[in-house]
Amino acid sequence: MVRRRHDFHRWWLPQLLLGGTVLALLAAMAVTVTGNMALRAMTVSLGFLDNTARFPIAESVMAYSPVDGFAWAFATGLGNTLLLTATIIVASILLGIPLALARRSGHLLARLSAGAFVDGVRNTPLVIQLLFWYGVITVSLPSPRSAFQPLSGIFLTDRGLHVTTLGITGTALPLVVTLTIGLVATATLAWRGRLHQASIVSLGTVVVGATLWLALDLGLRPDVPRLGRYNFVGGLTVTPELAAVLLGSVLYASGFAAEIVRAGLAAVPAGQWDAARAMGLNDRQSLRLVIVPQALRIMLPPMTNQFVSVLKNSTLALVVGYPELNSIANTTMNHTGHALECMLVLVLAYLTLAGGISLAMNALDRRTARWTR
Amino acid sequence: MTGRLTTCRWGVLALFCAALAGCSSEPGRQAPGGPTLAEVRARGYVRCGAGRDTVGFSAPDAHGRWRGLDVDTCRAVAVAALGDRDKVRFVPLTGQQRITALLTGEIDVLPRTTTWTLQRDAGGINFTIPNYYDFTAFMIRADSGARALRDLDGASICVQTGSLTEIVFADVARRHGLTLHPVIFDNVQSTRQAFLSGRCDALATDQSALVALRALEPDRRYTIIPASDDIAPLTPAVRHGDDQWFDIVKFAIEALIVAEHLGIDRDNVEAMRGSRDPAIRRFLGVEPGNGRALGIRDDFAYQIVRQVGNYAQVYDDNLGARSGLNIPRGPNRLRRDGGLMLPIGFY
Repeated sequence: MVRRRHDFHRWWLPQLLLGGTVLALLAAMAVTVTGNMALRAMTVSLGFLDNTARFPIAESVMAYSPVDGFAWAFATGLGNTLLLTATIIVASILLGIPLALARRSGHLLARLSAGAFVDGVRNTPLVIQLLFWYGVITVSLPSPRSAFQPLSGIFLTDRGLHVTTLGITGTALPLVVTLTIGLVATATLAWRGRLHQASIVSLGTVVVGATLWLALDLGLRPDVPRLGRYNFVGGLTVTPELAAVLLGSVLYASGFAAEIVRAGLAAVPAGQWDAARAMGLNDRQSLRLVIVPQALRIMLPPMTNQFVSVLKNSTLALVVGYPELNSIANTTMNHTGHALECMLVLVLAYLTLAGGISLAMNALDRRTARWTR
Repeated sequence: MTGRLTTCRWGVLALFCAALAGCSSEPGRQAPGGPTLAEVRARGYVRCGAGRDTVGFSAPDAHGRWRGLDVDTCRAVAVAALGDRDKVRFVPLTGQQRITALLTGEIDVLPRTTTWTLQRDAGGINFTIPNYYDFTAFMIRADSGARALRDLDGASICVQTGSLTEIVFADVARRHGLTLHPVIFDNVQSTRQAFLSGRCDALATDQSALVALRALEPDRRYTIIPASDDIAPLTPAVRHGDDQWFDIVKFAIEALIVAEHLGIDRDNVEAMRGSRDPAIRRFLGVEPGNGRALGIRDDFAYQIVRQVGNYAQVYDDNLGARSGLNIPRGPNRLRRDGGLMLPIGFY
């Protein structure tokens, strides 16, 4: 079937025509856009990114103030998008696995309630779920003055969740460096399967860390939130906006993750269970050694799609007022009028992120392929 | 079979190429620099940008009829261009859409509580004449005891994006060294809802919108604190590239202001045509020349006052005593009364 020489009329000509058509369409689009922009005396330039942004951003993982430039505002939005995406992906898998197991379990009540939950979250629009949770949080929770205190040091109000944090007093840098190095080394070794060495490194890290703690005379000081004139001050605050986005998106994504996990497990032929039992493995061993490695390989491609969906759905955070990349790009567009440039930045950013997710997942896919060989 | 398939493929390619040829002859088709007045006359109505929720400026009333200061401003433009206050259509726009809509020719004039600023003016649009002078303010529950800006330190404040308010908000925090926690939404309804549900201590927006909101919620007591002594001139805008239309919109707005200055209103405009005052005679077109200079009817100012009213009446209908909002005229009084509304000569 392999054709050695491509025939000109049947292969080269259509290719050239199609390629030429696509290029010509792109060129026509460019000419139209530049022509219409010239009519309106508009120019395309990314130079405005250096200008002062001037607008506030409600909350961010990275430090931002209105005197920073538009470029940093975009970076701040990107940081928030990454925080949302990473948190939602990890939490939705942690929640999705037990959901999938519950749907497969012989326990009738567990199976039915997990099924109802998964169908419910999968079949209602995410926007509505986000608005629902935002409404629940801001309407049902009390004002800061009459804060609800489920545990000592934790306060729930319509301004968010306020948690006591522990700060280290003294020079903690050597300790932080030691712990980071130890953690990275342990994880690397464990990933390569050298479990014995990993356990020695982790033990060593704990010993060195404890010695440093005593030698540097470090201490712990709790930062307890206290009521100011309007809001709680101090500690860590999770705003209702962030809480609503995380709650809504994690529940939504966990429904999809659960279905992928369930489908992956179900796709492994039942004969594999019989074969594993015939080898003398018990149920737990069969699952760990025979079923999961095969199911994992089936789950990875749909999981990649699911992660990219999580990234794209993070743009819906806008409706409950959480500032991620898309909403900051919209604001920038409004204040500068550079719509085309903002769209370009937006498209490039999301393409890169989605591409990164796909690359990472494909690398993982190749790894699992090696396991199952 | 193969032969037919190939033919089919060639056919598709030919169609594709034809479509492409059609596309590439498109560029430059819609030239917005053309005479807007001719376009409006051919179309038979003026297209105006409008808001949905800005009571007093542009919002549909209980009967679905558009009402407000900006709506009446637009009707004055329609009278100037076409002689009829009802030859106008309103296009509801969000804060984020409005300038793009004007730039792309979706609307002919944008009277939508848009503040005149350098960056906007330089960005392809021309601002005509302010039809309202507003300022940014914070509205806070009276039981909080806040009286001045420094009392807001540490407060959560609801702000709407896509407006100048968010920049003014950030400036207030910077100027006074306050820690203010913004809660930012992209539409009026969500922003107000968050404030009313208690998510924020204060709501930041134009003072006129705050007064309108306070009038709708009579049982709760609120204090309004100005963000600074800056004035925001809300100014109808047009696209770059059509000076005649720019002038027509300018003098349609001026007609409202000059009419008040000359003491002409809806009720006495007929009688005023018999006046001996040369300024009044020129204004009403009894002595011709003004309309012709703009390329429209000579009695356009007379028609505007007869069909829409003068500035005082328009203000009273939409924002003053007759509207229920009772916003004091403040800087929107005529210059001779100590305000900023400046009558320009109809000579």
